[in-house]
Amino acid sequence: MVRFILRRLLQVIPVFIGTTLLVYYMVFALPGDPIAALFGDRQPPQAVIDTLRSQYHLDEPFFVQYGLFLKNLFTFNLGNDFTGQPIAASLARVFPVTAMLAVEALAIQAIFGVAFGVFAGLRRGGWFDSTVLVASLVVIAVPTFVLGFVFQLVFGVQLGWAKPTVGANADWGSLLLPAVVLGLVSFAYVLRLTRASVSENMNADYVRTATAKGLSRPRVVLAHILRNSLIPVVTYLGANLGGLMGGAIVTEGIFNVPGVGNKLYQAVLRTEGPTIVSIVSVLVLVFVVSNLLVDLLYAWLDPRIRYDQ
Amino acid sequence: MTTPDVSIGEARANGSKPLLEIRDLAITFKTGGGEVQAVRNAHLTIMPGETVAIVGESGSGKSTTALAAIGLLPNNGSVSGGQILLDGEDISHASEQRMIELRGNTIGMVPQDPMSNLNPVWKIGYQVRETLRANGRPSGPEDIAKVLSEAGLPDAKRRANQYPHEFSGGMRQRALIAIGLSCQPRLLIADEPTSALDVTVQRQILDHLDTMTTELGTSVLLITHDLGLAAERANKVVVMYQGRVVEAGPSLELLRNPQHPYTKRLVESAPSLASRRIQAAKEQGVETADMLAPAAEAAVADNVLQIQDLRKVYKLRQGLGKATDFAAVDGVSFDVKRGTTTAIVGESGSGKSTVAKMVLQLEKPTDGKILFDGVDTSLLKAGDLFKFRRRVQPIFQDPYGSLDPMYNIYRTIEEPLRVHKIGDAASREKKVRELLDQVALPQSAMQRYPNELSGGQRQRVAIARALALDPEVIICDEAVSALDVLVQAQVLNLLADLQSNLGLTYLFITHDLAVVRQIADHVCVMEKGRLVETGTTDEVFEAPKQEYTRALLNAIPGAKLMLPPEVA
Repeated sequence: MVRFILRRLLQVIPVFIGTTLLVYYMVFALPGDPIAALFGDRQPPQAVIDTLRSQYHLDEPFFVQYGLFLKNLFTFNLGNDFTGQPIAASLARVFPVTAMLAVEALAIQAIFGVAFGVFAGLRRGGWFDSTVLVASLVVIAVPTFVLGFVFQLVFGVQLGWAKPTVGANADWGSLLLPAVVLGLVSFAYVLRLTRASVSENMNADYVRTATAKGLSRPRVVLAHILRNSLIPVVTYLGANLGGLMGGAIVTEGIFNVPGVGNKLYQAVLRTEGPTIVSIVSVLVLVFVVSNLLVDLLYAWLDPRIRYDQ
Repeated sequence: MTTPDVSIGEARANGSKPLLEIRDLAITFKTGGGEVQAVRNAHLTIMPGETVAIVGESGSGKSTTALAAIGLLPNNGSVSGGQILLDGEDISHASEQRMIELRGNTIGMVPQDPMSNLNPVWKIGYQVRETLRANGRPSGPEDIAKVLSEAGLPDAKRRANQYPHEFSGGMRQRALIAIGLSCQPRLLIADEPTSALDVTVQRQILDHLDTMTTELGTSVLLITHDLGLAAERANKVVVMYQGRVVEAGPSLELLRNPQHPYTKRLVESAPSLASRRIQAAKEQGVETADMLAPAAEAAVADNVLQIQDLRKVYKLRQGLGKATDFAAVDGVSFDVKRGTTTAIVGESGSGKSTVAKMVLQLEKPTDGKILFDGVDTSLLKAGDLFKFRRRVQPIFQDPYGSLDPMYNIYRTIEEPLRVHKIGDAASREKKVRELLDQVALPQSAMQRYPNELSGGQRQRVAIARALALDPEVIICDEAVSALDVLVQAQVLNLLADLQSNLGLTYLFITHDLAVVRQIADHVCVMEKGRLVETGTTDEVFEAPKQEYTRALLNAIPGAKLMLPPEVA
């Protein structure tokens, strides 16, 4: 097991270099001059432009720029963005917010998705199952921005149950509404996945044997149906955690959440190579770690999976 | 004949009351096409301590009847008439709560397939413990180990900490027997408890089950499709056919003197030792000994397959980069004469299927040669290999798994012709029609899909597909093991007919010696990768030289029963 984890962590190196190189190159290749964009309509003196260029190493060839970025990264000095703010500090501001949002959304998906999925799967074709299926289809079909604005209007403004926007001081309570919106779509998928898995496992021979042993119904469901049904669901949730950490640009935008999505969006608009690649680097780590967690969860859920060999 | 309640009279006579009595039972399934009566007017009586077997083919309602007795009918099925009396209490419509009380404690079950009946994610010990706990019995580690070792599981303490996938099929079945009997139920329902196991393991398990139930005084309801097994193990046999009980009575009496036409057919086709080679029997009286002699000499010269010192070694990982060699096939040599049937028999793990895979060129031998028509197959280039595949075709065990569910029957049979670019569309269609005739399938089957056919029909399709390229050699890997006895007999007959009409050579891989007796000319017995005995079928069956072969022969269910010659 230790060997497996070590091997997986070593895989981070090529994945990390590959993704950052690619993203850095794409930012480099974007048309338009970031310095000119910085000044808007005004035309700064050539001397200022040259100073800024050399300050941000924009006059260097691509590989030198990339090399400098790597050097900064490993000395934990990510440098400044074009507004003069240290990048490390702004990352330290946005990532916790998005992490809180992601965890909250993930919890909503996992708890409600699995619970509803189990009930629907156990009584396939019943009224609960039919209702939930139609509702989840509606949630999947409606785009996030519609859902976001409707929730903001109804729950935030009209009913006043939650703060309509988050603003600078994000906490668990104020992030609840965007987390619900963010979690809803995946909730629908988790529900359907669990439902399909449960109704398949329900007819498994070992479930019948468990019943024949004289176990009570709740015990059969929890020990023999649920655990076996969670395996595909865990895969989906794990992949989803990475996606959620990448920041939800639309949801964060609607609810004014100062998170990764917002930051990344602004950085792309300003063609800020170092900021974009710094965010991507953290995201690569998040993806690798969450995938590793999924694999370990797998082995725990299904003892037939062994990574030592 | 239709007096199934033989024991009621006896019961009244000796004053004891039946433990389970099924009266006029009717079971109905709701399906998309309306209601289907799976069981009607079923009668059955089990006295305390008695073993009663229900025999019938799949779909006869035997399992459904047994499942109704423990309240485990599938959701779309229900008892629509009659009574199930357990100690006089009608449990046919008992509440779920009442059934939970009865299950485990009063009625235990040993299910059919040991591979799918243990939950793969829990340790064996855990699955025993929850049974003990649910029925209010002591469930400490000692108790679990005791239950498991009583079911014949060696080293039970350590084994309890293992997961099902670390157990062999036989061990899993022992664990399931342990679970079924752990709370000392008064009635045990054993649903084909050994049909998925090798014959030798089957015998051990059934012997052990016999001993345990005798000691505990448990009544057993044994469900099986094998009349020989039923007669050997049960006091009484109930024969079911199409949802009805057609005959019932004391085992030997019923076997010796079957009344109902279906029971007669079952007795005739029971693959017991008495049955002779189908083809040989047909040819008897036609050919004289003089005619046979030159044919035999010609055959000696014509070995279509020669296997020489074949070895296959797999590397088994032992963790931390260490690996040990495991010889799945170890120095096997034999010849297959053209136009004959050679059977390779052995238990699972004996290496017989690996030999088949190497002959089919699906696995590369580690060592040794396979000569096909005198040519070393390891020297074949890609183009030659393509031609070789046309001449050697397989038929696999599972007719459910080996046909593509998305291809209709026409496409399945036509595919090899298309791949080998034989003929045009019209001539290929003609060929498919001929093939369907040869395997006795209606032309209308062409447009159907595998899931619309029965197991026997699917295996016929697999045979037609194998025959499409006019091969010389057909390799049957457990080709009839998954089929019911009657269907099995039909398919074996078909294979024998095709052999005499087309001069085919068969290499038959099987664990079922009774089948070997019916179809093979020569037998190779394999044990742990080695060939331990070879000879003609009659030699091996009448005078087995090896202890292992004798054990295999003794393990055939019903082998010890004497059948009257007219049904044999």
